[in-house]
Amino acid sequence: MIDFRDVSMTYEGAPAPVLDGVTLSVGEGELCLVIGPSGSGKSTLLGCVNGLVPHFTGGALRGDVSVAGRSTRDNHPRDLADMVGYVGQDPVAGFVTDAVEDELAYAMESLAVVPAVMRKRVEETLDLLGIVDVRGRPLATLSAGQQQRVAIGAAMTAHPRVLVLDEPTSALDPQGAEEVLAALRRLVHDLGLTILVAEHRLERVVQLADSVLLLQKAGGVVKGSPADVLATSPLVPPVVELGRLAGWQPVPLSVRDARRRAPELLDRLPATDPEPLPGGIGWVESGAPETVLARTESLVAGYRGVTALRDVDCAFRAGEVVAVMGRNGSGKSTLLKALMGLVSPTAGSVTVAGASPGSLRPSSMVRLAGLVPSQPTDILYAESVGEECRTADSDAGAVAGTCRSLLSTLAPDVPDERHPRDLSEGQRLVLAMCVVLAAAPPLLLLDEPTRGLDYAAKRRLVEMLTAVARDGRGVVLATHDVELVADVAQRVVVLADGEVVADGPTADVVIASSVFAPQVAKVLGSRRWLTVADVARSLAWQPVPTPLPVISP
Amino acid sequence: MPRLAHSIRQPRPLHPGAWWLWALGLAAAVSRTTNPFICLLILAVAGFVVVARRSRAPWAYAYGAFLRLGLIIVAVRVVLQGLLSQESQGIHVIVDLPQVPLPSWMAGLKLGGVVTWEAVLTASASGLQLATLICCVGAANALASATRLLRCVPGALYEFGVASVVALTFAPQFVADTTRVRAAQRLRGQDATGLRSLRRTGMPVLEGALSRSVQLAAAMDSRGYGRRNDVSVTTRRLTTGLVLAGVLGVCVGLFGLLDAGTSDWLGIPSLVGGGLLAAAGLVAGGRRTARTRYRPDPWGLPEWLVAGSGVACAVLLVVVSRTSPAAAVPPYPVQVPELPLLALLAPLVALLPALVAPPPPDRVTHS
Repeated sequence: MIDFRDVSMTYEGAPAPVLDGVTLSVGEGELCLVIGPSGSGKSTLLGCVNGLVPHFTGGALRGDVSVAGRSTRDNHPRDLADMVGYVGQDPVAGFVTDAVEDELAYAMESLAVVPAVMRKRVEETLDLLGIVDVRGRPLATLSAGQQQRVAIGAAMTAHPRVLVLDEPTSALDPQGAEEVLAALRRLVHDLGLTILVAEHRLERVVQLADSVLLLQKAGGVVKGSPADVLATSPLVPPVVELGRLAGWQPVPLSVRDARRRAPELLDRLPATDPEPLPGGIGWVESGAPETVLARTESLVAGYRGVTALRDVDCAFRAGEVVAVMGRNGSGKSTLLKALMGLVSPTAGSVTVAGASPGSLRPSSMVRLAGLVPSQPTDILYAESVGEECRTADSDAGAVAGTCRSLLSTLAPDVPDERHPRDLSEGQRLVLAMCVVLAAAPPLLLLDEPTRGLDYAAKRRLVEMLTAVARDGRGVVLATHDVELVADVAQRVVVLADGEVVADGPTADVVIASSVFAPQVAKVLGSRRWLTVADVARSLAWQPVPTPLPVISP
Repeated sequence: MPRLAHSIRQPRPLHPGAWWLWALGLAAAVSRTTNPFICLLILAVAGFVVVARRSRAPWAYAYGAFLRLGLIIVAVRVVLQGLLSQESQGIHVIVDLPQVPLPSWMAGLKLGGVVTWEAVLTASASGLQLATLICCVGAANALASATRLLRCVPGALYEFGVASVVALTFAPQFVADTTRVRAAQRLRGQDATGLRSLRRTGMPVLEGALSRSVQLAAAMDSRGYGRRNDVSVTTRRLTTGLVLAGVLGVCVGLFGLLDAGTSDWLGIPSLVGGGLLAAAGLVAGGRRTARTRYRPDPWGLPEWLVAGSGVACAVLLVVVSRTSPAAAVPPYPVQVPELPLLALLAPLVALLPALVAPPPPDRVTHS
């Protein structure tokens, strides 16, 4: 269905091709999962399928890409609209209209589909994607999961034979991702569409995939069955890592697969729980005084008539990594903002280092606590990394070079002259973090730090946060990412509708939970193993050496 | 045309074009008169229809904002013309304030001094006319969704319509972005506001908007936007010529009709001729894009009645201004203006939509 013949793609001004001599074919009705470190050309490969690359992006494409025999050489994306449906990374940015039904009909209107047929297809698509109940709503009022499903539906109504999805669940919370995946499952099973999907969080999609396409840094690709490719891939979900550790052949792709083999592994594991690692889960530094950096007491806060936090009592201590979890809209971000004084309490109190953040000037506030927002670019303004670091030092009143030397420790491969926009997601996050840390705040807050990060970048983040906490700072993360929480957090606070529903050591909170349990905990049941590293220590093995994580340029 | 489209009881959103025609009819009527009674009556009629037939969409509450703007206009007019200007002062003195001497270069202005009924009443009447005009536009805004209206633009203007829709959805996004980025500035420890902070807000917001537009363009391209039939250069030039000539004709015609000093023989023929030319141009231009419409808003009996009532109101007032000019534009501001029955009837005709427009569906906005 999709054929790449010796395709090489070089963007204008780029020193090396993104794709180099790629030859592959995706059969009809196949769901092919595209994986690779960030910057390896996943989006480029997807864009090639409907001709957005190179017709829209520019650059030089050698070789030939064809879909059902139609070459993108002679067909522009708009000419292939009846053949290939394309959903970009940010569904909201791709919306042309402002209402659900109009959005679904847009592509058909462009293709001059007869009105009666349009009406029928819109009704069918509403059912197929489970969005009937929001059909009359403005797009802006939908949840992220619903918006993503509308975007997929909008691509589907033109009845394409190929669907291309660029990271459909990366930005979604677990519930939203579940909705989208259920819709995808229906598309694959009922309609027999050929689907090409790129996803960082491959643990979510890999069970659905017929094949996996691994992009390598050098521009080459490997395609094969999921089990074969993942057995050697440097990017794997925890369950595959666990399978490798346990020596299971073929490697399990889903928690369900792994659970069937778990008894054998549990036999090999010691009966007692593993000793906590210094600085790891469940480890308490004995004798060290507990310094409370920030505290909320019966905090009530919200915006414009919406109460986002109700009676929240929390304390955040030095040297501790706390994860704040909960659905979208449960008040996670509001809690972080309240700690920064961006939202003032309507009742109750917030104190950071004994002061109320709302009463402090921003310049003194950043010395007490620093927040990395969910879009790190919001706090980056400069034209180059070097300039950004210099402004950060002067803003924070720090010694010149503070920010740059932090950056050099955390991400040595970020050159001074690069524009922040040209960095990878992971590098941008690190830069924003260094900018915030330049003021040396004892408390570091991060809002959704793993959005758009691949496994390697996430592993780097875990190392960095552990280092920050070991320095005696407090870290608070608002996140959906259960694996990150299992890796780095000592304590978890779960919010629901603005109320604290759980607050305790990570293992106690997440193991029994159906939503927040990491994959390893799901496989091994109720014992206190959360990460592959925990299991490895228990087995007294060293973790299988995987290529060291490198934050991609 | 489905039968239900002709029902005046079956809830559905009325065609936005009908609301705009109705509101423009009211506005045209207002433009012919400075009689405060007629203006107030039209204001009340517009307000009543808005309250009776608005949906629960966010823009439906726009009328109040327009009304406040109108009040401000009246107040400004009264202060500027009645109290500060030396002109249009009459003999009926309200109050004689002590006058502050002004330098000679401020000739034509006074501060304090004599304030007369003539000045205040003339200023209020003309302010009221302007305020009513604005409220007519406000009523259309409150009753008709701008995006729905833009969906009705003819095929030839399709690109223009899409650009406007995109602009309409970008505006709120832009505001949200700016708020978010300004909040983020505090995170960098920025106390000061000013030029430096403006640049720092501007960069991320503009970059965000730019990257969003690139993504939108890519999404539109992949969904078939811009597919078009091939047409010859001659057809294209003919289309442009027709549309330009038509628009010119319409402008001349409107000027002739609305300006009381010009003969009707300039107005009506240019308006009709210009309209026909423009329509022909749009039809010819529409051949370039092959597009279909999803669930276009029907134009049924209620639409005819609503648009008709607006047009009737305008026509009646044009008649009033011919037959009794003293009622349309009262010559002596201090006298109670005369109010013939016809002038009273004209605004009342425009009340019809409150009865014949179908109620908006309760589930708001988009059917």
